[in-house]
Amino acid sequence: MSIAATVTDPGVAGPSTRNWKAPIGFGVGALIALFVFAIGGPAATAVFRVSDDSDRFRLADIALPANVVGWVVAVALIAIAVYAFLQVRGGRGINRWAGIAYAVLFVVGFLTWVVGIADRPSISLAGLVAGSVTLAIPLIFGSLSGVLCERVGVVNIAIEGQLLSGAFAAAVAASVSGNAYVGLIAAAFAGVLVSLVLAIFSIKYLVNQIIVGVVLNVLVSGLTGFLASTLLSRDSATFNSPPGLPEVRIPLLADIPIIGPILFQQSIVGYFMYAAVIVIWIGLYRTKWGLRVRAVGEHPQAADTMGIKVNATRFWNVLLGGAVAGFGGAFFTLVSVSSFTRDMTAGQGYIALAALIFGRWNPIGAFFAALLFGFATNLRFVLSIIGTDVPSQFLAMLPYIVTILAVAGLVGRSRPPAAGGIPYVKE
Amino acid sequence: MSVNRPNAGSASEETAAPPPVPGTGDTTPAPDQEDHGRGILKSIATGSSLVAILAVVLSIILGGLLIALTDEDVAAASTYFFSRPGDTLLAAWEAASGAYAALFQGAVFNPGADSLGLMFRPLTETLTVATPLILAGLGVAVAFRAGLFNIGAQGQIILGAMFAGWIGFSWHLPFGLHLLFVVLAGFVGGALWGVIPGLLKARTGAHEVIVTIMLNYIAIYLVGFLLTTPSFQNPGSSNPISPRLDDTAVFPQILGPQFRLHLGFLVAIAATYGVWWLLNRSTVGFELRAVGANPFAARTAGISVTKGYVVVMMLAGGLAGLAGVAQVAGTERVLTSGIAASFGFDAITVALLGRSHPWGVFFAGVLFGAFRAGGVQMQTLTGTPIDIVLVVQSLIVLFIAAPPLVKAIFRIDQKKTAKARKGSKNQLVSGGAA
Repeated sequence: MSIAATVTDPGVAGPSTRNWKAPIGFGVGALIALFVFAIGGPAATAVFRVSDDSDRFRLADIALPANVVGWVVAVALIAIAVYAFLQVRGGRGINRWAGIAYAVLFVVGFLTWVVGIADRPSISLAGLVAGSVTLAIPLIFGSLSGVLCERVGVVNIAIEGQLLSGAFAAAVAASVSGNAYVGLIAAAFAGVLVSLVLAIFSIKYLVNQIIVGVVLNVLVSGLTGFLASTLLSRDSATFNSPPGLPEVRIPLLADIPIIGPILFQQSIVGYFMYAAVIVIWIGLYRTKWGLRVRAVGEHPQAADTMGIKVNATRFWNVLLGGAVAGFGGAFFTLVSVSSFTRDMTAGQGYIALAALIFGRWNPIGAFFAALLFGFATNLRFVLSIIGTDVPSQFLAMLPYIVTILAVAGLVGRSRPPAAGGIPYVKE
Repeated sequence: MSVNRPNAGSASEETAAPPPVPGTGDTTPAPDQEDHGRGILKSIATGSSLVAILAVVLSIILGGLLIALTDEDVAAASTYFFSRPGDTLLAAWEAASGAYAALFQGAVFNPGADSLGLMFRPLTETLTVATPLILAGLGVAVAFRAGLFNIGAQGQIILGAMFAGWIGFSWHLPFGLHLLFVVLAGFVGGALWGVIPGLLKARTGAHEVIVTIMLNYIAIYLVGFLLTTPSFQNPGSSNPISPRLDDTAVFPQILGPQFRLHLGFLVAIAATYGVWWLLNRSTVGFELRAVGANPFAARTAGISVTKGYVVVMMLAGGLAGLAGVAQVAGTERVLTSGIAASFGFDAITVALLGRSHPWGVFFAGVLFGAFRAGGVQMQTLTGTPIDIVLVVQSLIVLFIAAPPLVKAIFRIDQKKTAKARKGSKNQLVSGGAA
């Protein structure tokens, strides 16, 4: 079907007009690498610890001489930039793997440089990666909610509100019942509740979806903040001391260096996160349901003609999205911290929204984009421990700058579902 | 189509308000400013003002219910609800009315003050808080009118405050000239932060929502970093705080030293008028609204959509930058990383409530300023958390956006509503094709 074809088309290959954005971007990055990582490279040796002393299998640490790595990376990046330049001049497309290799090399060069200039140039690679995944979990749930809503043509700005309501409901329900799993279910319901308002206002009353989303975030922030400083603070033993979710460790598999802890040593919310990414991806791209959903988001009139109930599909998808984000919100109060504090999601819903767009409205893409944000946040924590001269604010800015560059087209134009934000009124 | 000055009548109305979605709630045009009296009468007749008033009433009632439900005295009385239900209801009434009375006392009029002037001090507080809300709200509103969703007011306020603050404490100029430079610098700072998403949208199609959100974060970290550098940090202080602005660089207090109300409020009035004039009386404004109503039609008519995006985001950022000036040179007088408070996000609700009409934004800003100023007093006097203000504000915007819902709740003319909805849709279509 043509709809499916257009949706899955990644659109990386540029149009026939020569697009110089990629070579220019590659060139700028390569120059930064040359001056900062290579010429400005420290003489120190950056050590990446692969295993901790307590691990069952221990691998040797990776010790990299920072200035050598800097030069190698800089030369390789310049080579890729030249390749991109030649390809574009010849009117050819740039191989996607060149872009991926470029990104990986740049990250390696940056990490080696930033660890090399630190006071104690040694970090735990396993800890860095595991921490990134943990920080990314709520982001991933949030952007999956966005995928479910936006693929069906409803813009979901309310991710922040869904996460926050999930966090709140999980804390209260788990505290009152004394059971963290009850909290998980309550969190999903709270997310659905927020989605219900979004769905009713945007689908039934045709109110601008972005407006409803923004207002819902304010509403949830006010409501949970109000209840937190009245009910919860009055009797926090009853209402705001939820039991945490335990870490479930799968024996042996969790001992695999680096990937063991991130795949096989998670809370149940973490395992659900992996499952949700895979299930939603398969659902969207490999099932009849997914085809219908994407058809509604791309061309509702055509979908309606084919007998798909457009508004009903939208309604149920938005509710499903709310459940997913609400579930992710439980991470804040049942896994990360053990009580609810006002506005504790701190804008993560908006970051999830960015991850969704960065990931091109695709569950897997959103997963990796969210990981990037988690990685950047965690890197800041890790670097502040080993003591570095780079101002922490600049490290904090990094993911946001990268997102702007990415959205502005270095990785190809991302195209939202065509009918996003437009209510469907049957003629 | 010739690019004439639009007449301010109903023809200009269908381009009003946020991105052009049929039935956004624009069932009936808000009163236009040209013929005030007739416009208001017309809009009361068609029910738009009625819906707005009912939406406010409904939201206040719901907020009151929330206060009553979470009140301790009410909870205590409800334990014997079935033997003496009157006690519970009385306690509920006292909780809600007490909170709102304190809010009113903090926002408008305080009868317990020493002199008549001081009795109205709360009102001046309301206007002081409203000043940055109005300016930033205008910034969000003009972007709406061009079909852009500017979530970046927060970052634009910060950049405006940063530029204005720096001029204010590091340059030393004579009275008058200094303030002028401060105001201009604030506008330029905000415009700089606003024009980035505009340019990216125009050149690469990057979604302005994402870019503005990212720029908000970058602005927060940027000001946080600068306040640790010698050129911004107050000498001798280890806190991230700037030196005080020179006395020549701050807005004078227009009602004397007991009142915080400063000249910035007059700037806000002037800006409101300026934006109204620009949108409704100038060719640029007409082009912006055309771009917002239907970019494809605008392009066909020979209007440069990309230029429109850049211009409107520069203007939007500049207005938000002025809100930053109101903060740094009006109320705070020093630059901190929390200079923008949450004004940038509140500005979005202000713009929505004002339906993106300049004077609508003005009054919405005053209303939300009253809520905010009164909310502080309410929290102090009755212990009701100020968050209730957020709840009431967001409910107001939600209800106003969905007139059919409000009309259904109050059971008023359903048929007329359906007709109006159809009418507004046709209007939009014709507006787009015009």
